[in-house]
Amino acid sequence: MPSPFILDRSSVTQVMAWVLAALLPGIATYVWLFGPGILVTLSLATATALAAEAAMLKTRGYPVKPFLADLSAIVTAWLLALSLPSLAPWWLIVTGTLFAIVVAKHLYGGLGQNIFNPAMVGYAVLIVSFPVQMTHWAGPNELTSVHLTLAQSATVIFGGDVPRATLDAVTMATPLDALRTGLLQQLTVDEVMTHPIFGHYGGVGFEWLAGAFLLGGLLLWALRIISWQVPLAFLAGIWLTAGFLNFFDAGRFGPPWFHLFAPSVMLGAFFIATDPVSGATTPRGKLVFGLGAGFLTMAIRTWGGFPDGVAFAILLMNLCVPLIDQYTQPRIYGGADKEPRA
Amino acid sequence: MSRELFKFKGGVHPPEHKTESTSRPIHAAPLPKKLVIPLRQHIGNPAKPVVEIGERVLKGQMIAAADGYISTAIHASSSGTVVAIDLQPVPHISGLPDLCITIETDGRDEWVAHAPLDYQAMEPSQLRMQLRDLGLAGLGGAVFPSAVKLDPGASRDCPTLIINGGECEPWITCDDMLMRHHADEILQGVAIMRHLLGSTDILVGIEDNKPEALDSMRSAAAKLDFAVEVVAVPARYPGGGAKQMIETLTGKQVPSGKLSTDIGIQVFNVGTSYALARAIHHGEPLISRLVTVTGHVLRPQNFEVLIGTPMHTLITLAGDRDGTTGVLMGGPMMGVPMPDLDVPVVKATNCILVKSKELFPPLPKALPCIRCTRCADACPAELQPQELFRFAKAGDFGRAQEYHLFDCIECGCCSYVCPSHIPLVDFYRYAKSEIWAREKDKRAADLARERHEFRQFRQEREKKEKAEKLAAKAQTKRAELAAVPAAEGAAVSDADAKKALIAAALARAQAKKSDAAPKNVDQLTPVQLHQIEEIEARRTKIRELARKPLEPEEKNP
Repeated sequence: MPSPFILDRSSVTQVMAWVLAALLPGIATYVWLFGPGILVTLSLATATALAAEAAMLKTRGYPVKPFLADLSAIVTAWLLALSLPSLAPWWLIVTGTLFAIVVAKHLYGGLGQNIFNPAMVGYAVLIVSFPVQMTHWAGPNELTSVHLTLAQSATVIFGGDVPRATLDAVTMATPLDALRTGLLQQLTVDEVMTHPIFGHYGGVGFEWLAGAFLLGGLLLWALRIISWQVPLAFLAGIWLTAGFLNFFDAGRFGPPWFHLFAPSVMLGAFFIATDPVSGATTPRGKLVFGLGAGFLTMAIRTWGGFPDGVAFAILLMNLCVPLIDQYTQPRIYGGADKEPRA
Repeated sequence: MSRELFKFKGGVHPPEHKTESTSRPIHAAPLPKKLVIPLRQHIGNPAKPVVEIGERVLKGQMIAAADGYISTAIHASSSGTVVAIDLQPVPHISGLPDLCITIETDGRDEWVAHAPLDYQAMEPSQLRMQLRDLGLAGLGGAVFPSAVKLDPGASRDCPTLIINGGECEPWITCDDMLMRHHADEILQGVAIMRHLLGSTDILVGIEDNKPEALDSMRSAAAKLDFAVEVVAVPARYPGGGAKQMIETLTGKQVPSGKLSTDIGIQVFNVGTSYALARAIHHGEPLISRLVTVTGHVLRPQNFEVLIGTPMHTLITLAGDRDGTTGVLMGGPMMGVPMPDLDVPVVKATNCILVKSKELFPPLPKALPCIRCTRCADACPAELQPQELFRFAKAGDFGRAQEYHLFDCIECGCCSYVCPSHIPLVDFYRYAKSEIWAREKDKRAADLARERHEFRQFRQEREKKEKAEKLAAKAQTKRAELAAVPAAEGAAVSDADAKKALIAAALARAQAKKSDAAPKNVDQLTPVQLHQIEEIEARRTKIRELARKPLEPEEKNP
């Protein structure tokens, strides 16, 4: 074996474990403010992802144990689960996870080879194919009269018999949904914002969830597992676009803080857009990637057919990565200032 | 004294493991029975033997002379008899044997006549020739002939002279120990360098994990009649690399593909400076050096070792232990595994690092690259290692070159930090060797094509000339015949003409033959030739490694 003969102690497993750990404040907040249903979703997605990963590794002739131990499948599962409505039916969770692991990850070549973020591919497939089921969001406990227990949540998710009234009392439009619907009804932003779902910055409960994801994200940054460029540029992209629109017509475009303090934005900025495999790699490229994703998110929220656009924005930017990387190559030691030709 | 320091990008800080070998004093290693002295210990042309088998040689006697400008002489490290001039195992990454002169020592250690040189009175070019004949080469690792580096050239000058006492690789302490104990002599060498290069700004860079060396060098520098600034630089690998040391001390970067002298800076290792002082003030050629023997041995320490001493004698001296898993020449970041412990200590041997399972656990299996770019953050050449890896693995060498593959200094930082444990440097060595091989093939093909085209052209031309000649001859003959139809001597002269024709044809054939024989096939510099040879030798090995898939079939985990 040639040099070097020593390694520092980092490993892919360690990186992925920190990502999972950084999601814990978000998950805890989720349970606290929205009920324990998310735990069912997370468990189901994790089990599906591990089974699919093992099966695919076996099929492709890869060693199963070391690759399962890298924890990347669990990261995908958690990110997808946290993006799904918390009371989405079991088959939706399974379908999305399977698509993420089997198609978006392994059919593209497995760990390190996927050009699209697997969790976001899973999410995109679901929202395009099953838009109705993708609205089963539990409202924040603060606003709902009925609070589901873990068992009740599981019953809902697994399609058990739950009185229609109970379900109606639990589910609620998300703040982004409420805004979108309101604006479509020709209401002004101020009028829409009188709805009880809206809190200080984002939605009631949702803003805390966003804060918890932000906290986890900052932990990842402090540990240098993610760089500052992508999240900062992503948030800046959202804030600048939203701020620009809001500045010109505050009646038709939501305030920038509201757009920023959505859980999907914080999750996207710190956990999804920072996925190294499908993201840009150069320092300047990361800025371009983040800004682009932020802008596209706002564009989709404002003019697109979906209330939220983080998933599509990131997938679109994933497409641009080779181009971004090629044109943002940094100057090397002792190099001329102009960098590689196209 | 505080000097503004600059930070080079990237780098890592592996555990230093320096104290193991600095607690014991320097010992002179005993004279071995046999010295095996390779003729290729430096960059450039290998030295040419000037002794014969059976000849008695004295300590310090030149046994092989420098061959060309970029080359340097080789000397007998002790007195004895030349018993062989043949291929022997040498400490080289290829594991291939190389030409060596073997001397059976007589135990008398009898010196050849030698005397100090009055360098200030000597013509600089003559002084440099002397240094070449004294076998001086850079002891920091690259072993570039020092005489060449001490030539400021016609138009260039080197206002800045940097003496490199960085020694950033873990485990190695020979420069540290040299600075602690021989600071005065190191600075005597610096005075000679200053004289030859005309430098005005002289800096000694030492990593701040060597406080004793810093103290000793500072107090020695204070005694000089010219200014030498001893600077503590932050300990961070590869801060002792010449390019990194230059940037740390001056804030300047050596332009890609150029030499530091192009920006008026020359860098020498402290060991080279010490050897230079010994050469000038004592007339001693480079026949010994300090070697750190450390790692999995009972008494890690530094030895003063004669060039040509077999490595296993040093390991025995330091106390070999059970559970040795291999031996490296150099440190753990850039060292070379030794295939065989009979290999001799050479000018480049700074450290013999004995491995064990505990100190150097086997590297974990590589996983796929997840493009996390930790390698890019750690790369002191500021490259994008993850891209180079991708291109090298895909065999896209053109792209690898576009992404500055040849600016890679193979320091190993990328592999060190890689969470997927990919042996990245291997892939770069493989890609470099493939590119060299292809360029060589292409040159050969171009040459063959040129020769072929010329041959065709020549054949055409000869055919035409022959036809013309024949036609001309026929004409003369006809004219002659017409003029003297009954002349008797006609037949004789005809035969003569035929003979002459045959002789001419033979001569042409001869010429053709010598034309076709390849002459001066390669217009390469010796450095390039040397590099190509090294790379060629490594190629097969590396290719095998690189071709191995990253994810082999499942074994029992």
